[in-house]
Amino acid sequence: MIRYMLTHRTEVATLVFEHIWLVGISMLLAVAIGVPLGILLTRRPRLSPAVLGSTNIIQTIPSLALFGFLLPAPWLGERADRIAITALTLYALLPIVRNTFVGIRGVDPAVREAAEAMGLTRNQVLFRVELPLAASVVLAGIRTATVISVGIATIAAAIGAGGLGEFIFRGLAMVNNSLILTGAVPAAVLALAADLGLGFAESRWRTPRV
Amino acid sequence: MHDHQQNSTPADRAVIEFRKVDYRTADGKSIISDLNLSVAQGETFVLLGQSGSGKTTALKLINRLLSETSGTVQVDGRPTSDWELVALRRRIGYVIQEGGLFPHFTVEKNVGLIPRLLGKLPDEVNHRVDEMLQLVDLDPASFRSRYPHQLSGGQRQRVGVARALAGDPPILLMDEPFGALDPVVRAELQRQFKALQQKLRKTVVLVTHDVPEALRLGTRIGLLESGSLVGCYPRSEFVASTDPRVKQYRDAFAE
Repeated sequence: MIRYMLTHRTEVATLVFEHIWLVGISMLLAVAIGVPLGILLTRRPRLSPAVLGSTNIIQTIPSLALFGFLLPAPWLGERADRIAITALTLYALLPIVRNTFVGIRGVDPAVREAAEAMGLTRNQVLFRVELPLAASVVLAGIRTATVISVGIATIAAAIGAGGLGEFIFRGLAMVNNSLILTGAVPAAVLALAADLGLGFAESRWRTPRV
Repeated sequence: MHDHQQNSTPADRAVIEFRKVDYRTADGKSIISDLNLSVAQGETFVLLGQSGSGKTTALKLINRLLSETSGTVQVDGRPTSDWELVALRRRIGYVIQEGGLFPHFTVEKNVGLIPRLLGKLPDEVNHRVDEMLQLVDLDPASFRSRYPHQLSGGQRQRVGVARALAGDPPILLMDEPFGALDPVVRAELQRQFKALQQKLRKTVVLVTHDVPEALRLGTRIGLLESGSLVGCYPRSEFVASTDPRVKQYRDAFAE
């Protein structure tokens, strides 16, 4: 496997890069959608069963099937990477929306009330008090989402979106274990690195507790 | 509109006034009914009552953390519903049990938040923070950079008062401010608060269930029972009152 990786290092590097790109873009999208959505739910708690329920349902769709479902979609279906990014974004939504919602709801009501009573506007309460206090929980959600995405992104190769799954599917077809490992090991390393990096960020944001 | 002020001097004009105020929760439970009271400038008005008597609710109606179901609450002669919310709250400092400090902010940032939001320059904010900390007897040099979890209960409470005073509001609302403290610290803070109030002459509404505290701090005491005012008494009258409800409350604390 090592020998294979060395001889094919340009290809390995390209696919690792592709993999990071797929995961990175989808995570950016998922955060951009999921965090505001989570905040919205804290303002309109009645929406929360519907929103959390549907993100939950998305989570239960097998990834290969979701990639397949998206194939005939109008603009998305034209390019495999668009499908992959859409699917990964959808999968990442649940942990991010849920943790944003739970994190903000978990802020001590007395602290929120003190902020309001001091004459902070709604946005000031959100950005100066609620989000900083919820940050470690929100980051934990992003971390979970990222680790899951790194794994699911390997399946994106099945629809031709590239990434480390290429090696895995090629290895499966050729019954070549070292080829499979050439895809699987870097993917696992990526997942671990994301987990560690975001875990570190999370601990730095953890607020001092009484 | 100002007929109630006909025979009052400017010094004791009502800063806070409740007129026929009712408050019911969303599910219709009555918490406050027909509350009428007025608080004059510079006095320390104590709302005394058991838990569930509606005293905290009454307090929150003043800074509009809650809105009355009917009647009006006036601040500076204007119904709170007419006030711009932020402007109203900037005139009213709010101190709650344990201070309600922001756990992710240092003492300095907690106290300096309002001056900063008011657009003060960093130097002015710093100066104000030091001034406020000295006012509540905390050494700025050793406390500025601490976090709330690194303070004792009494220290947190003092920072809470410093924070509430930082924007120089004419009105101060205090909800069981000394409730979570041990008796020694509590007595010390009560003494300090009294001295502070003699210096600052804010209009204070303080909520407590503790009769000795009410007698120690209040210039007037309003006794609240299941959402209605039993009566308002100057300190001496409260001690002497023969009203059975006042007596019952008083006796509960006599050993």
